[in-house]
Amino acid sequence: MRQDLRCHKSSFRPCNSGFLLRASDYLCFMEVNDKLVDKLARLSRLQFSETEKAEIKNDLQRMIGFVEKLNELDLEGVQPLLHMSEEVNVLREDEVKGSVTREEALKNAPAHDDQFFKVPKVIKK
Amino acid sequence: MTDYSKYEIVVGLEVHAQLQTNSKLFCGDSIAFGAEPNTHVSPITLGHPGTLPKMNRKAIEYAIKMGLACHCEIERYNYFARKNYFYPDLPKGYQVSQHTTPVCKGGYVTIDTPEGGRNIRLNRIHMEEDAGKSIHDADPENTCVDYNRAGTALIEIVTEPDITSAEEAFAYVSEIRKLVRYLEICDGNMEEGSLRCDANISVRLKGESRLGTKVEVKNLNSIRNVKRAIEFEAKRLMDLLDKGEPVIQQTRSFDANNGTTFATREKEDADDYRYFPEPDLAPFHLQDEFIERLKQGLPVLHKERIKNYSSQYQLSAYDAGVLTEEKALADFFEKIIEHTKNYKAAANWMLGPVKSWLNENNKEIGGFPLQPEKIAAVIKLTDEGKLSFSVASTKLFSSLLNQPSKEPLQIAEEENLVQQSDVSSIEPLIDAVLEKLADKVTAYKKGKKGLISLFVGEVMKQSKGKADPKVTNELLLKKLKS
Repeated sequence: MRQDLRCHKSSFRPCNSGFLLRASDYLCFMEVNDKLVDKLARLSRLQFSETEKAEIKNDLQRMIGFVEKLNELDLEGVQPLLHMSEEVNVLREDEVKGSVTREEALKNAPAHDDQFFKVPKVIKK
Repeated sequence: MTDYSKYEIVVGLEVHAQLQTNSKLFCGDSIAFGAEPNTHVSPITLGHPGTLPKMNRKAIEYAIKMGLACHCEIERYNYFARKNYFYPDLPKGYQVSQHTTPVCKGGYVTIDTPEGGRNIRLNRIHMEEDAGKSIHDADPENTCVDYNRAGTALIEIVTEPDITSAEEAFAYVSEIRKLVRYLEICDGNMEEGSLRCDANISVRLKGESRLGTKVEVKNLNSIRNVKRAIEFEAKRLMDLLDKGEPVIQQTRSFDANNGTTFATREKEDADDYRYFPEPDLAPFHLQDEFIERLKQGLPVLHKERIKNYSSQYQLSAYDAGVLTEEKALADFFEKIIEHTKNYKAAANWMLGPVKSWLNENNKEIGGFPLQPEKIAAVIKLTDEGKLSFSVASTKLFSSLLNQPSKEPLQIAEEENLVQQSDVSSIEPLIDAVLEKLADKVTAYKKGKKGLISLFVGEVMKQSKGKADPKVTNELLLKKLKS
């Protein structure tokens, strides 16, 4: 569909090891079509009408176009910025504290009894 | 009929071990097992907006300890990623996991096989958080969710596809369980789910270099079931290949009741976890000195202890193996032999009276009432001939268990258990016995040497079991010679 959506893989240097992709790398693999919208809907357990789907497709297209702008930059040798803060090793001691009561924990749940959170049946038997 | 010998099995295992910290990986909820549902939860666990997770220092140490024990390379620059998927037991909609930078890379675990030790290579060990628990049968309309477990620190230990039989898988999981228990980083309880295992199984014709299509079997809640599941699944796959039917890549679950597996999920609809770096958690960087300090603090592991017990203490391979099953048991043994050089006796005490007591009372060595020094003191008494092993291990042992702070010698004296080994007290008894059994003495002197045990027995009886049998025997022989 859009040739210019292709990644400039040569400028991508993963830091450390592994296969970390920047958002722009990731999104540019996608062509925003019905299939993609259906897939994202399925992954997020959402359902849309056909009209909504058209709108979402349009929105997604614009979002990707926005992020795609980043691909115009020459990022040769630039490490991805993973965290906004420079801080490292923000650690806590292994102490038990901070739990809330069960009443408090369940208070905001749409469905619950006095012990459990309740959700629609996950497995069909 | 399938000719199974044509095929070979290739297995890779993923073991999840719950770290024995006090609190969760990213917040302060307790991780204690068996609490009332949804009582160990905080806004962080529940994924409420505006909450900020913070890394548990202890969890990092525990993960690195496992890596060091498995000869892994330790990653210096670590950060977490979000693994996104939607499931109700995952309150945030993503699992925080060291997807991109596992804290331990490579390494191996040595397993025992009939042919000797074999190294199973590891791919990685990484940290991640556990999910909550879904309960499907409590309510006919809904699934009930308990988030107590959500956020508990896990390490996932992933092998290369190096395992070639169900027996090797059994040996591997046994070894992992022993390692985490020796390192005291996980209690290894598979029934309670502190140690969980998934098996990736494939089969191929012998000589084939490409891997066959794999099947992932979950829900293996004992080491024996790991073995049973692989046996069943490998056979099923070989039967399929033999009939020329395709193997479908899928997730299967093991049914322990009938030893079979059943499909739970087809992998055609591939998962898409959309990993990305977790922005809420600062990265953690490790210094060489920190790793070195952890390395110095590692306990002596079972394999090395077995070696030492055989070479330094001349114990049999069997004794060494049983003594090192549990670190606490081995530690107790080593405490005893700080006070006695009679290593064999110390091993016998551990594997005999002490183990029987633990079994009868269903206790771990931590719940044993006696200090190791007391066992060493009892060994000293038997070594000196003050007590026979049989009196020591029955009468004295049970009295000692009731009065664990008393000295064994004091109890032995109070209860009149000390054997008579001085000649002056035994001699009159012997003389009396020989006089009473004069005809037997004549028979003995004519060659019926077996009668010696009758004389010893009679002297023992007269002394109410307190005469030292060794001294009695020697004295008798001397007297009968004249």
